[in-house]
Amino acid sequence: MSDPILVSTIPDFHILYPENVHQDERPGYTGFIVQSPFLLEFAKAIRDDWGYDFLTSVTAVDFFPETFEVVYHLFRSLGGGVLTFKVVLPRENPKIDSLYNIFPGSELQEREVYDMYGIVFVNHPDLRRILLWEGFAGWPLRKDWKEAYFEEESKPFSSRWPNGEAVRSESANPFHANLKYPPGFDPEKWIPDGEDALYMGLKQPENSDGMNTDYMIVNLGPQHPSTHGVFRMAALVDGETVVDLKPVVGYLHRNHEKIGERNTYLQNMPFTDRIDYINAMSNNFGYALAVEKLMGIKPPERAEYIRVIMAELSRIQSHFMVTGFLLNDLGAFFTPALYALKERELILDIFEEVSGSRMMCNYFRFGGLARDLPEGVLKKIHDLAFNRLPRKIDEMDELLTENEIVTARCKGIGILSAERAIALSAVGPILRASGVPYDIRRADPYSIYDRFDFDVIVRYHGDIYDRYLVRIEEMRESARILQQAIKQIPEGPIFEGKSQYQVKVPPGESYGRVEGPRGELGFYVVSNGQPNPVRYHIRAPSFINLTGLQEMCRNEKIADAVAILGSIDIVLGEVDR
Amino acid sequence: MVNEGLNKPGVDIPEEMQNQVAITTLDRIYNWSRSKSLWPMMFGLACCAIEMMITASSRFDFSRFGMEVMRPSPRQADVMLVSGTVTKKMIPQIVRLYNQMPEPRYVLAMGACASGGGPFKEGYNVVSGVDKFIPVDIYVPGCPPTPQALLHGLITLTKKIETEKLSEAEWYRKDFEEEIPVPILGPDLIDPRNFERIKQVSREQLEAKVLDESISTEDTL
Amino acid sequence: MGIRGIIKGLGITFKHLFETYSEDLKQGPDRYKTAEGIQDRLSADTKGIFTVQYPEEKIPVPEAFRYIPFLIYDELEGGERDIRCTSCGICAKVCPPQCIWITRSVNPETGRPIPKPEKFFIDIDICMNCGYCAEYCPFEAIRMDHDYEIAGFDRMNHHIYDMEKLLKPASYYAKTHPVQYAEEETARLEKEAKKAAAQAAKAA
Ligand code: SF4
Ligand code: SF4
Ligand code: SF4
Repeated sequence: MSDPILVSTIPDFHILYPENVHQDERPGYTGFIVQSPFLLEFAKAIRDDWGYDFLTSVTAVDFFPETFEVVYHLFRSLGGGVLTFKVVLPRENPKIDSLYNIFPGSELQEREVYDMYGIVFVNHPDLRRILLWEGFAGWPLRKDWKEAYFEEESKPFSSRWPNGEAVRSESANPFHANLKYPPGFDPEKWIPDGEDALYMGLKQPENSDGMNTDYMIVNLGPQHPSTHGVFRMAALVDGETVVDLKPVVGYLHRNHEKIGERNTYLQNMPFTDRIDYINAMSNNFGYALAVEKLMGIKPPERAEYIRVIMAELSRIQSHFMVTGFLLNDLGAFFTPALYALKERELILDIFEEVSGSRMMCNYFRFGGLARDLPEGVLKKIHDLAFNRLPRKIDEMDELLTENEIVTARCKGIGILSAERAIALSAVGPILRASGVPYDIRRADPYSIYDRFDFDVIVRYHGDIYDRYLVRIEEMRESARILQQAIKQIPEGPIFEGKSQYQVKVPPGESYGRVEGPRGELGFYVVSNGQPNPVRYHIRAPSFINLTGLQEMCRNEKIADAVAILGSIDIVLGEVDR
Repeated sequence: MVNEGLNKPGVDIPEEMQNQVAITTLDRIYNWSRSKSLWPMMFGLACCAIEMMITASSRFDFSRFGMEVMRPSPRQADVMLVSGTVTKKMIPQIVRLYNQMPEPRYVLAMGACASGGGPFKEGYNVVSGVDKFIPVDIYVPGCPPTPQALLHGLITLTKKIETEKLSEAEWYRKDFEEEIPVPILGPDLIDPRNFERIKQVSREQLEAKVLDESISTEDTL
Repeated sequence: MGIRGIIKGLGITFKHLFETYSEDLKQGPDRYKTAEGIQDRLSADTKGIFTVQYPEEKIPVPEAFRYIPFLIYDELEGGERDIRCTSCGICAKVCPPQCIWITRSVNPETGRPIPKPEKFFIDIDICMNCGYCAEYCPFEAIRMDHDYEIAGFDRMNHHIYDMEKLLKPASYYAKTHPVQYAEEETARLEKEAKKAAAQAAKAA
């Protein structure tokens, strides 16, 4: 094993490269500022010489009216904390080198930054808009871009109180809808931008066998029973074999980040529920961690335990659901899913009793929780964790794992090797199924995860079957954590003082990350001391895991592409945000 | 027992025959058969779709109402459950799916988002309610509506179906045509029914802008 | 390809099927349409049929359950309604999608505001049922309703709730939220007792 000190310390890059790298010295900020021409060289050096081989997040911040900052977060796949560095760009004509050739995992994220800010990534292989469509007017996350229903820079809006009179936003808009066009726009002269760029991007292989074959483009989605929502894949097929494939996303783009920048810190909490809507508790957790880090507070003991219990219950129900729906995708329509959903219901009952809603829990507050466990709930969780869930996980295992059809459809399909998984920034069960034992609960423990005894599950084939196995085993580990947490949970307050609706957040930045059921779920929050965040970015595991979809699907059958997608486990709310 | 949905009220059936005979009208039999076999389209948009799946699954099981046949293809479906946030990028597809559904068709707007925009209403990519484009028969509020709330909505919908009259059903008329023009993705969403208004307002905005600029340049001079 | 795994799986599905009937026999007619029957199907050792047959059977909602908010009024003698809300505006400020509108009452003679709302709206087409308004209201005046059966055919006229639609009596609140109501009542009584004691002390 590597030396733990080596893994967790961040080298002094500003001393190593004094010309081009500086420390970020603004109060509350960490990391380094890299000169833009030096970016490629620096990225290469940190990957090859310093072991920062995993680019986890690429995003940008608009410091209106001065500059753009492109922010990179990296870590070592061996473990340890996050390295942050930034590149400052002018707001006029912003251009930056693409990191695609060094970290292919940046592909979709750089497209997203381009889509939202109009920052051009030079040498990016396929720089198109991703969440919006080609031809959309404006770069929505720039601070000087206003949406059609724009009311005020930040909430609370003054029209609500004390002289509030309910109006629908439509009535204030000249089109009576959520619309805004450039002045002088003539809809009759508009030629919609087709999707040629998308289809041209699908690469045909060089024909080696001398035979002339025609390729066909197949679109799956956005309305397709196997895509788990409004996801679309454009596949180039040769007979039944997928030659190339591109994910097309954005059909559920709900502008979380723009809305989040108008919201106060607390108001963002219920919105996080709706990012990964199968798994609200982990989202709450990640966001609460990020803001608590900024505020420099910690919740009381009991609250920490309840948080862990909720997060692990959430993981179990999410994995149950994925396993059931993976079987749906394989053709076992609904019986396994029904069994899985049954267990999920029992867990949702607990969420409902504790937080008030089955799915949109909105349970965490900065520095604690919304309310204590009601009477009798701990007993119910106890029953589930010690008795029912382990039994049912075993049953699921017995029902599916040795099933010959499952093994035939899953083994050896959709392979992602360990190197490629790291390069493509895959996280969560996908990364661990490819043989990289990276789990944030171990690698960079947050909350009180360092107190529990559990194993990080790893498998080595990197195919659908291993991803399925990792999930089954992870449920067992989660049940183990639950059992320990229930035994140890202390009495006490769940909140120091009284929960406030106006929280004071000092200026600075923070990146809070948790190991959600789909992998690293990160929240990047930048504050300037105002009640509203300057930047609220979600590092969404489902979205970034899709970067690897193309590679996994190549040379597989088109029917397997559906199963591979099922094994990646995307939640569209999180992909499109 | 007299079947209440089917039997015409006011007609007395001798007790010994109540299990075998029903006296009914054509309307009643038509509505009864339709409302007891509503096939929803398997079509999910966002968070609400998960609750819709749950409604179909073990605990709530809407096959008890003859709805178990969820069809992914619009051509075999009777009711479209718009379950989730309707975005501008998705609305062309939703309208197209609606156009492909055979008459009589019903639309249920599930959740705040589909009804009127929901918490994301202010977002730049969100359509404020699916009824801006397709006619909605019933609205189920909530975010998300719990499965029981959705079931209540579906039951209410069947009640609505039961009041319809065959003689007034517009979808059997010759001149009936309800193709909704598919919106276009432009600099923002373009509704083909609104060309004139868009043109006019945009022109006005341009004029206002030109005026604005001329004033401000005068100021600087 | 073998079939051992498939047969094992079929065994499990068969077990599920069998349990449905064995549970029916064991529990008898009490299994359906009784409160205990529903509780049994919600508990951690439920077996067999899992379906709760809405609308004949309804899953009881927990006290914390949140749907659309409502405003509470206390019933005074003579049928008058004492609205608890003081139009302090905290709920309108904290509401994440900003779907609460409040007009504060103004005394027409002095022009000073009076702590009562004149108008109160909630757009339930925007409300995300987050519960913040109920959580942060300092006067226990707004709470989350448990009534989820509110599907309707028309939204333009019905989905912006005004005060008439929002107001519900405190007795209704006591029924939906028994624990919370009892806690708040005791706290209120204690406070009043303290106040009275203080006043008595002052007078003496
Ligand atoms: S109404 Fe709420 S739960 Fe339903 S899609 Fe909209 S945000 Fe999600
Ligand atoms: S917070 Fe409570 S008292 Fe204040 S305006 Fe809202 S409902 Fe009324
Ligand atoms: S529940 Fe939340 S969204 Fe709804 S009115 Fe209250 S604060 Fe606003």
